[in-house]
Amino acid sequence: MRKIAIAVSLTVFIAFLIAAAFLIHPFGSPPSQMDDYIIENAQRETGANNAVTAVVFDYRGYDTLGEATILFTAVVGVVMLFRKERRG
Amino acid sequence: MMSKIVRTMSNFLILVVLVYGLYIIMHGHSTPGGGFQGGAVVASGVALLIVAFGSHSIHENLKEHHLSILKSTGLLIFIGLAFGGMARTFFYNFLVGSPIFGHIPPLGPNPGEMLSGGVIPLMDIGVSLNVAGGLSAILLVMALAITATEVEE
Amino acid sequence: MEGIPFNIPFLAVAAMIGIAFYIIVSQRNLIKLVMGLSILASGVNLFLITLGYREGGIAPVYTHAPTERMVLPIPQALTLTSIVIAVACLALMLSMVVHIYRHTGDIDAEKSRQMKG
Repeated sequence: MRKIAIAVSLTVFIAFLIAAAFLIHPFGSPPSQMDDYIIENAQRETGANNAVTAVVFDYRGYDTLGEATILFTAVVGVVMLFRKERRG
Repeated sequence: MMSKIVRTMSNFLILVVLVYGLYIIMHGHSTPGGGFQGGAVVASGVALLIVAFGSHSIHENLKEHHLSILKSTGLLIFIGLAFGGMARTFFYNFLVGSPIFGHIPPLGPNPGEMLSGGVIPLMDIGVSLNVAGGLSAILLVMALAITATEVEE
Repeated sequence: MEGIPFNIPFLAVAAMIGIAFYIIVSQRNLIKLVMGLSILASGVNLFLITLGYREGGIAPVYTHAPTERMVLPIPQALTLTSIVIAVACLALMLSMVVHIYRHTGDIDAEKSRQMKG
């Protein structure tokens, strides 16, 4: 009974994924309003030549702060798990 | 511990890998690259040393609290620069136009300049210390825990 | 139904996510389950990059750039963040698997679930 439910739901999910791959925009011409603004004005407002670094550190710097915190916390978790206990 | 040839060559190759990683970090605002990519390259240099020399020899000189100091310093530099432009908003680029790093390049395709980009190169240094220290700490701690018992060959 | 576009990269993303979900549901070995999660993360990163491709475009860098249209830069920034988060989560999951093996002596998902007193 459980195996039939798993097989049916998996088939429905994969059919949904393949249908979405056909109904999305054609590959090579995406809708882009925000990116046109960034490509036009990134050099004048930030002074950097690299548009990707300007987006990561200037236009969306808050996401980079969250990601640096995630990396720090994961490393603290790994080092804590492998610590030797001292008894006495 | 690997053979003599591997140890001698890795003594030389670690310098090449460190210079390459520093080049990717410092030119993050002109060419593709930046803080995260350069930090990963430096951590792969540390992985080369751990494989060539054995994790116990590396652990005698490089403990976990040295790497912890590196990580925390990088994250504090990043947060301090984010609070620097607090006069307008959080994360404001307050160094564009000022003489430290703030020369605006001419618009359109141009040969890149080093002293441009505002607060971005300094944030690159902070994030790269965080990533390099963090990934090296993961590799060192896991290599020590796995080879706890001696394997006889 | 005029022209249904036959996008091969999006079909590849659908195949990767489908295979990853099948691995997560059907495998019992813990290491294979972690590998399935890693394939899922790689599939999502591929989807983010292929969303922002313009035909005949160049990289969004102005240094010595030829004069053509540029590819969208925002999905590349999101993919950078996603790759770093996937590496951190993978390290934490693998160290937990090592701990489960040390405490229960078995890496089967059904057997290592009982809590012993």
